[in-house]
Amino acid sequence: MTTPRRNATPPVRRSLRDILRASPRLADRWLWGARRRVRLSDAAYGTGLGGRLAELAGRTALIRVGDPIFAALALIELDGVARRVVLCPPDLSDDDLPYVIETAGIDVLVADKEPAPSLRRLDFALIGAPAAALAAEPTSTHDTEWVMFTSGTSGRPKMVVHSLAGLTGAIRPAAADEPPPIWGTFYDIRRYGGLQILLRGLVGEGSLVLTAPHEPMTRLLGRLSRRGATHITGTPSHWRAALMNPALRTLAPRYLRLSGEIADQAVLDTLKAAFPHVPVGHAYASTEAGVGFEVTDRLEGFPASFVGAGGAVEMKVEDGSLRIRSGRTASHYLGPDAPALIEADGFVDTGDMVERRGDRFYFVGRRNGVINVGGLKVHPEEVEAVINGHPAVRMSLVRGRRNPITGAIVVADVVLNEAEPVAGPAAAAIREQIMTACRARLAPFKSPASVRFVPSLAMTAGGKLERTFA
Amino acid sequence: MSEAALRTRPEQDSGPRATLRPAIAAKFAEIAAAQDRTLAELTDDLVLLDSGLDSLCFALIVATLEDELGFDPFTIAEDVYFPVTFGDFVRFYDDAAP
Repeated sequence: MTTPRRNATPPVRRSLRDILRASPRLADRWLWGARRRVRLSDAAYGTGLGGRLAELAGRTALIRVGDPIFAALALIELDGVARRVVLCPPDLSDDDLPYVIETAGIDVLVADKEPAPSLRRLDFALIGAPAAALAAEPTSTHDTEWVMFTSGTSGRPKMVVHSLAGLTGAIRPAAADEPPPIWGTFYDIRRYGGLQILLRGLVGEGSLVLTAPHEPMTRLLGRLSRRGATHITGTPSHWRAALMNPALRTLAPRYLRLSGEIADQAVLDTLKAAFPHVPVGHAYASTEAGVGFEVTDRLEGFPASFVGAGGAVEMKVEDGSLRIRSGRTASHYLGPDAPALIEADGFVDTGDMVERRGDRFYFVGRRNGVINVGGLKVHPEEVEAVINGHPAVRMSLVRGRRNPITGAIVVADVVLNEAEPVAGPAAAAIREQIMTACRARLAPFKSPASVRFVPSLAMTAGGKLERTFA
Repeated sequence: MSEAALRTRPEQDSGPRATLRPAIAAKFAEIAAAQDRTLAELTDDLVLLDSGLDSLCFALIVATLEDELGFDPFTIAEDVYFPVTFGDFVRFYDDAAP
């Protein structure tokens, strides 16, 4: 177990409620959900816990809600009050709850509806919209631990411990000469990428449009357009889905951001073509490593000068993977047999593999997503980047197919743009062009053995391409 | 290339069941061309390692034959067996054919 470096000089603790109250124009700022909206001044000065907030001081709360707006409200209420808040992602299975409750030491459930019978033994607090002014001011005595879940590939969910200081470490004050930002995100705020945007909206003087679970892209884009969203974020897969939707053209953003997956040149170029005058950044962040850095030159990968440069976020590359040391990383995993999250030298191994070409590093995939073709490693993302460069291709998924000769071979599932034929001679020609491009630009073992046209690709609840490892 | 395949008919071809040899020979030629390999003449006793193809080529041959024929004898065979010659390879497929 290593000691997080940021504990060297503990900052003066201000709760999220304190931060909100100190920020300007609170009565003009909103959280806009799909079904309800909440004025931030009401969130900062009121309570939706029906008088129970004082009781929750020093407790460990599991926040499990249907509508993410209540997760935002619960975080505002409980930060600085509870000892620990554990934020359930929307897809966390009921089957995992006993493990989560045991491992995180949960002693109260905060939910937006009555709990299921299996959870009734747990103390329960109902959260609603702020309905009353706080009877007594909460005393901000606890440096509340914020616990998030990582998208593990299999097995039990992994819980990662953050602090508010670490989570907000990358947030810079809004430019004084610009109107306050209206944040929109395709992420659910209960995941790291979405939580970052919630906190930017709350701490950074703006408002925020929140997603609803299973909300169709057309509806969400309509709401973003109606609320005048200016700063919009999502994964490259979210953006590819949005780019297929005519409603995207109704937006008038000032800033677009991609994170959570590798942003390839094709998606960056397509966004640039759709919004020629809007800055597009792609950011590196992960639940464990926190917010790393942002790339604003509209090129995939990142400048090699970022590595070894020092500063608030230190980066190094070891055994091909990116390592990050900063005050924004998580401190540890929860659980008795949890692996170390921070290595002895203070760096977090992100498991994201990078490769240097010239004066730039390129992401080539996850360490555990590697396809092993007869002992030679193939990163699916590297092949996908070539396939996605074909003008007829919307998106692709490269995976390993079991093979008796080499253990695995590379195959590709490809979604074509709507207008493209998926059968017949024209489709065969596209398939041949894709294969030819792969053979020209990739080593033979990396070229897909087959290219299959599919109508769509499965995405995880987190908005990333669903990768199943053979 | 297919001429070479036709010139060397295996004995069991005289039996009641059709051999997959033409399909397999065509697949060898197709993959060799796609992978820029020079394929040796496909005789029964051609040792596969001397065919001009590497293991990736064989992996691709087995995978695409599985797509076209609907089976992969390497996976359904009970014994751990690996064909050594082109003749073995064809027999392996013929024996496993449903």
